[in-house]
Amino acid sequence: MIDLPEPNPAVLARRDEILAALHSLVPDGPFGQGVIGDPHRLRAYETDGLSAYRQPPLAVVLPATTGEVAAVLRYCHQNGIRVIPRGAGTSLSGGALPLADAVVVGLMRMNRILEVNYADRYAVVEAGVTNIGITQAVSAEGFFYAPDPSSQLACMIGGNVMMNSGGAHCLKYGVTAGNLLGVTFVTVEGEVVGIGGQHLDAAGYDWLGLITGSEGQLGMVTEVTVRILRAAEGARAMLAAFRANEVAGQVVDAIIGSGIIPVALEFMDRPAIHACEAFAQAGYPLDAEAMLIIEVEGSSEEQDVLLARLKEICARFDPISLRVAETPEESAAIWKGRKGAFGAVGRISPDYLCMDGTIPTGELPYVLRRIGEMSDSYGLLVANIFHAGDGNLHPLIMFDANDPESFRKAEAFGADILKLCVEVGGCLTGEHGVGVEKRDLMTVQFNPAELAQQRRIKSAFDPQWLLNPAKVFPLEGNPALAPAA
Amino acid sequence: MSVATEALAPVDEAGVVQAVREAAARRMPLAVEGHGSKRAMLRPVQAARTLSTAGLTGITLHKPAELVLSARAGTPLAEIEAELARHNQMLAAELPDFSGLFGHERPSTLGGMVAANLSGPRRIAASGALRDQVLGVRAVTGHAEVVRSGGRVHKNVTGLDLCKLLAGSHGTLGILTEITLKLAPRPEASLTLAVGVADLAAGVAALSAGLGSPFGVTGAALLPEGAAEFGLEGPTALLRLEDMAQFLPHRAGRLQQDLAGFGTVTLAEGEASRGLWRAVRDVRLLEAAPEQAVWRLSVRPGAGPNLAWRLNKAFGARLLLDWGGGLLWVAGPASDTAHAAVMAAARAAGGTFTLFRAPDSLRSAVPVLPEEPPALAGIAARVKAAMDPEGILNPGRMRG
Repeated sequence: MIDLPEPNPAVLARRDEILAALHSLVPDGPFGQGVIGDPHRLRAYETDGLSAYRQPPLAVVLPATTGEVAAVLRYCHQNGIRVIPRGAGTSLSGGALPLADAVVVGLMRMNRILEVNYADRYAVVEAGVTNIGITQAVSAEGFFYAPDPSSQLACMIGGNVMMNSGGAHCLKYGVTAGNLLGVTFVTVEGEVVGIGGQHLDAAGYDWLGLITGSEGQLGMVTEVTVRILRAAEGARAMLAAFRANEVAGQVVDAIIGSGIIPVALEFMDRPAIHACEAFAQAGYPLDAEAMLIIEVEGSSEEQDVLLARLKEICARFDPISLRVAETPEESAAIWKGRKGAFGAVGRISPDYLCMDGTIPTGELPYVLRRIGEMSDSYGLLVANIFHAGDGNLHPLIMFDANDPESFRKAEAFGADILKLCVEVGGCLTGEHGVGVEKRDLMTVQFNPAELAQQRRIKSAFDPQWLLNPAKVFPLEGNPALAPAA
Repeated sequence: MSVATEALAPVDEAGVVQAVREAAARRMPLAVEGHGSKRAMLRPVQAARTLSTAGLTGITLHKPAELVLSARAGTPLAEIEAELARHNQMLAAELPDFSGLFGHERPSTLGGMVAANLSGPRRIAASGALRDQVLGVRAVTGHAEVVRSGGRVHKNVTGLDLCKLLAGSHGTLGILTEITLKLAPRPEASLTLAVGVADLAAGVAALSAGLGSPFGVTGAALLPEGAAEFGLEGPTALLRLEDMAQFLPHRAGRLQQDLAGFGTVTLAEGEASRGLWRAVRDVRLLEAAPEQAVWRLSVRPGAGPNLAWRLNKAFGARLLLDWGGGLLWVAGPASDTAHAAVMAAARAAGGTFTLFRAPDSLRSAVPVLPEEPPALAGIAARVKAAMDPEGILNPGRMRG
């Protein structure tokens, strides 16, 4: 279990006064309460998508406007109160895990689409709009918002900005950072600043780039201007199954080396194929060791050409099966198992940790072999899902949450996988963020001078370390964050 | 004035660390550059000594099948482009060659391009800006320490993204020593649709129609007075398609139908198309006279035509529009009044400006970038102190 800092007793003692003050800043409305202090209702906010860690906050405040967010931050800053920004609470790294003496500032009431401009290809939305909500708002005109994390039905754009979220289509369309034009940023002191706008590129320091992926360490974002793109004429998928992970890895290299950049290139290993097939009956080949889902875009003639070339490349590697979708329905069938992967693994094992390292794609066979060995030595099952084009690996480690020893082993197994990712030239997290989960592994990837430099940047924005403390940076070296005894 | 009396030219990263350590100890500012190809950009640096990264050369990693390349900061861009061309790859940001604009033959280095975050016409495509293609950096901070950020993998959200902070910081926060980039396959074919339009508003509308189409437009520029050397007369909107050769006739045909209402469409293919876009990329078609100042403005594309009209009225500006009409290259008199007009117009359009090229007297005297709001200016000062506590790296380069 991870260490959390000692709650500030002076803040805990002032609980009633703080609740009253927050209430005066964010009044109740027809939606319900603006401030939540009732211990039973606070339980709804005690965790996020990493449910192994739980800690109810001092209070939850649900502002409806940028002005209210600013007022809450100003009050907390003046009173030395820690703040945990929260979107939908879907973080898989514990990015929204509260602290006992902290106020959670939730963005879910800020859910309006403010402006859509098709000619200039942008949309201005409040931070609590869901990821899919942006695409739904513009899809009638044939447009979409590109980053598509698998939590996209629930996760909010404000959270996507803070975690620099990715998805399955990053290979072609990039991650959140490349799809933003501007944000309304609220500093820890409660100052509201517009960063970027409706144009490309900053003149001066790239604050937008620095804030994106900063995991709530630097400030809060209340409005976001995103690039919207015109969707391709169509898309189609194919499935290719192989006798060994090594072979599938070579196929990925051959595809990228051929100059074709598929819009998605997903890899599943044998345990993942079996779990998904049992769950979704997608017709996946159960005799395969590794499977690729490859998706291309364009007119139907262009899809035909690309799929034929991809099929030709796959055929050189003695595939067990090759299935090219002829219709959108057949594409959906190929994707069905992959999209249900988390649910599928959840059926085999009610509890699993979803890891998120990135590796150089050429290291895939070696990394999977090592993960297999670790799986044997820890005695825990693992299924591997991989955004093969960009090297982002998602091992799902299955464990039994009712058995503390099993959870401890799963955590250690996960840490070993991430250390392996760094060892082969990759990184701790490709898209889920460091959060609380990987905080203590940061020393594996960064040396003390590098961590000190990042901490100094954090301090430049938040000198008292009030914003989302105890995340991203190890507690050691932060006097403001002494661990609880 | 940037009168450097002493030039430091370390040949490796350790040498950069040593030079910075000494400069920090003596609080002696350094003008940081590669070959100095962009010395005329922004404000003159107030430093008696120059530290050049031109000695840090060489491609250190190229994995074509992983679309990754690393090179030391002083590696000439031409060397990287030649290596990529051998593998049918490229840097998707389409880095400009400003030697014509700046009137010299000094080579651009990778470090200089990243430090300035300069991207060409393909910026508008999904691949994004140069900074979006920076996967990792090594840099020496003003603490005389080497810090790494990012890495050599395509997806990485581990820790604060100092790559983004350093890209576009013009050497004021750290000295880049090595950079890792995401690569793209070189498209097999290039085809340009040139639309003779009635005016700039119609031109931007044509570009928007193309960029809002599903055909994958990767370049969208507007020449207010055409380009005689390419046989283009009058206001001309240019839209580029790049992909496998067999895909382009269909897409061009469909796009041509969509654009027919905006004017006569002519096609340029292959080398004719590529040459046209090089001329756009390098701002050669702006035809700025040597004594003129050059500004670069970025605004919402729809605001481009009015901004252009305003600047034309203010000082008879020469113009070249790129990025769907949102990027304006402006040439005009190197005067305070012209600069004031540019600043006011950029502010009114809700966008930004950079004084890109001007005599020292002008660029020393005026803000070369928009002022930041007070809350951000405070953060900027603290971030500068956090990266460069003695204030020795390129002082005054971006703001006075």
